[in-house]
Amino acid sequence: MIDVKDIIKPENLVFKKSKLLLDTPMHYCPGCSHGVVHNLIAEVIEEMNIQSETIGVAPVGCSVLAYNYIDIDWHEAAHGRAPAVATGLKRLLPDKFVFTYQGDGDLAAIGTAETIHACNRGENITVIFINNGIYGMTGGQMAPTTLEGMVASTCPDGREHSRDGYPIKISDLVAQLPGTCYVTRQAVHTPGAVRKAKKAIRKAFENQKLKKGLSLVEVVSTCNSGWKMSPVAANDWMAENMFPFYPLGDLKDE
Amino acid sequence: MGKVRGAIVVDIERCKGCGLCVVACPTDTIVLADEVNGKGYHYAKMGNPEACTGCTNCAMVCPDSCITVYRLKPEKSK
Amino acid sequence: MRELKLMKGNEAIAEAAVRYGVDGYFGYPITPQSEVMETLMAMRPWETTGMVVLQAESEVASINMLYGGAGAGKRVMTSSSSPGISLMQEGISYIAGAELPCVIVNVVRGGPGLGTIQPSQSDYFQSVKGGGHGDYKLIVLAPSSVQEMADFVGLAFELAFKYRNPAMILSDGVIGQMMEKVEFDEYKPRWTDEEVVKNNPWGTMGKTPDRERNIITSLHLQAHEQEAQNIKLQAKYKEIQEKEVRYEEFMCEDAEYLMVAFGSAARIAKKSVEMARAKGIKAGLLRPITLFPFPFKEIDAFSDRVKGILVPELNAGQMVEDVKLAVNGKVKVEHYGRMGGMIFSPDEVENALEELIIGG
Repeated sequence: MIDVKDIIKPENLVFKKSKLLLDTPMHYCPGCSHGVVHNLIAEVIEEMNIQSETIGVAPVGCSVLAYNYIDIDWHEAAHGRAPAVATGLKRLLPDKFVFTYQGDGDLAAIGTAETIHACNRGENITVIFINNGIYGMTGGQMAPTTLEGMVASTCPDGREHSRDGYPIKISDLVAQLPGTCYVTRQAVHTPGAVRKAKKAIRKAFENQKLKKGLSLVEVVSTCNSGWKMSPVAANDWMAENMFPFYPLGDLKDE
Repeated sequence: MGKVRGAIVVDIERCKGCGLCVVACPTDTIVLADEVNGKGYHYAKMGNPEACTGCTNCAMVCPDSCITVYRLKPEKSK
Repeated sequence: MRELKLMKGNEAIAEAAVRYGVDGYFGYPITPQSEVMETLMAMRPWETTGMVVLQAESEVASINMLYGGAGAGKRVMTSSSSPGISLMQEGISYIAGAELPCVIVNVVRGGPGLGTIQPSQSDYFQSVKGGGHGDYKLIVLAPSSVQEMADFVGLAFELAFKYRNPAMILSDGVIGQMMEKVEFDEYKPRWTDEEVVKNNPWGTMGKTPDRERNIITSLHLQAHEQEAQNIKLQAKYKEIQEKEVRYEEFMCEDAEYLMVAFGSAARIAKKSVEMARAKGIKAGLLRPITLFPFPFKEIDAFSDRVKGILVPELNAGQMVEDVKLAVNGKVKVEHYGRMGGMIFSPDEVENALEELIIGG
């Protein structure tokens, strides 16, 4: 009989959190997808060995404090302006890796102009887009990506298009622009999905080296607090309701 | 042929007891503890250590990166 | 060896920026300052000094591109005119809060709203009293000639980096559009990346193993931390007020009547002083060059010496409030203004001196 103590030895280590992920406990709610994506970004930066060449641009929203968790230089932008801040950084530091990390309200509502024009200019940056269909930080209000019929605090009877408009598929929109080279929609709800999402993030960073244009990785995510579900139920709800409208997979890979 | 043996170490104080690892585990190794950590969460732990294969699924979906995974090389686990 | 050229104020801003070694310009077209970006694009500095020039999709975007570049420790600037500067206020507040250096040029036009494309000085309050949200101040320089448009680019960058604070060149359509001879310094090389890191160790140039990560942010969620940041900012503004006041005196030695005017209004007031002197009225002009820091003490020093102060401005009366604060009721202060793009003539101002101050 093998004792657990005999297994837990350095030579048997197969998985630990990225060295670039700081020990600061994350402020996110239990089960929040942000933490998984943070670790994937940290892993990609660590594996590419580009810690000293990477600058992250944090948004306004739940991930406003992203800079507390990954051990790189960070710039915290105003709400929606991360692509403009990243443009300034990248144009002046063309050989560094610059990425933005934005939620749906930040990227697809207040920052739509900055998003579309950074995409259209083909800025050589990576955009990580967390789409959970709700404003998490301010307490669960309707987002541009909230599904029709989905309940939020500012559409308590469900999103109704005659009043609230339709959910926006911003990735489909920017995939049409010649300035984007890679647009993909991923998730992190299962181990398989996490593996694929990591590959996508890695490719999005590699594209910066090749100066191919803007890469956008949308991660369809849960906000179990905002959705008022358990983390496990939120994952199931996402697969059942979000994926049919926001199907996973590459929208563009050139 | 012996089964692959693994084990996980949970950073108990980092764990928020979300339970996503429990669902991700293909061998039903993980349970949420009856006890709570300093923040009041029922943290994840190995309820059935013998079943762990060290597949890393739990660690991959953990939002708080609080799971470290170990696996014995197959030849040692006979 | 300084080089002499004949050009518009807006063109001089562009020429001076390239010569000073500015790293990046981000802007959006708006009358009456579009020549700044046009001149930069025509100069093609990316082929010579390596300066980046980019037309953004909006003033909101351009100020945030500045925010990014400034965060890395680079010398970045933008220019716009009043409605565009209003759009930038969010970004300016963030830049001030995060304590980053950059230069913003406002070639003011009449407002409010879309207003007019003619010159005005109606953005004084917006420039020196805040403009955006929160307790902050910009360093504000007011050129009154094309030469000063050129010279203040370098001065604004020096002050901005010395204090890690955004600096504004508050000009207007008169100075931006008129042509004068202007002398330029020789081209200076841009900072190398090594120099940027050495001069600005706080910049986001990538975390090297020898230091902790740099974070550019204006967020302090804990109230006591935000207050500590506010106290730090106020101490900085106090130091700037004490050390950086700049102004010009014209015929003030024996003056019995003082005019206080800035920018284009000061050019006109200078002529008005000469006209008054020709009539035997001992007038003088004090021209604040820095609007923040404002020359409060220097103006107050005239309280006991003069019989009255006229503040001619191309607005409804803005800087006059600071002049009144400076003298604190010790001497009569009156404002004379034209608005909406109308410009007063020297004799109009001289008449105002006689009517409002001497006869009033």
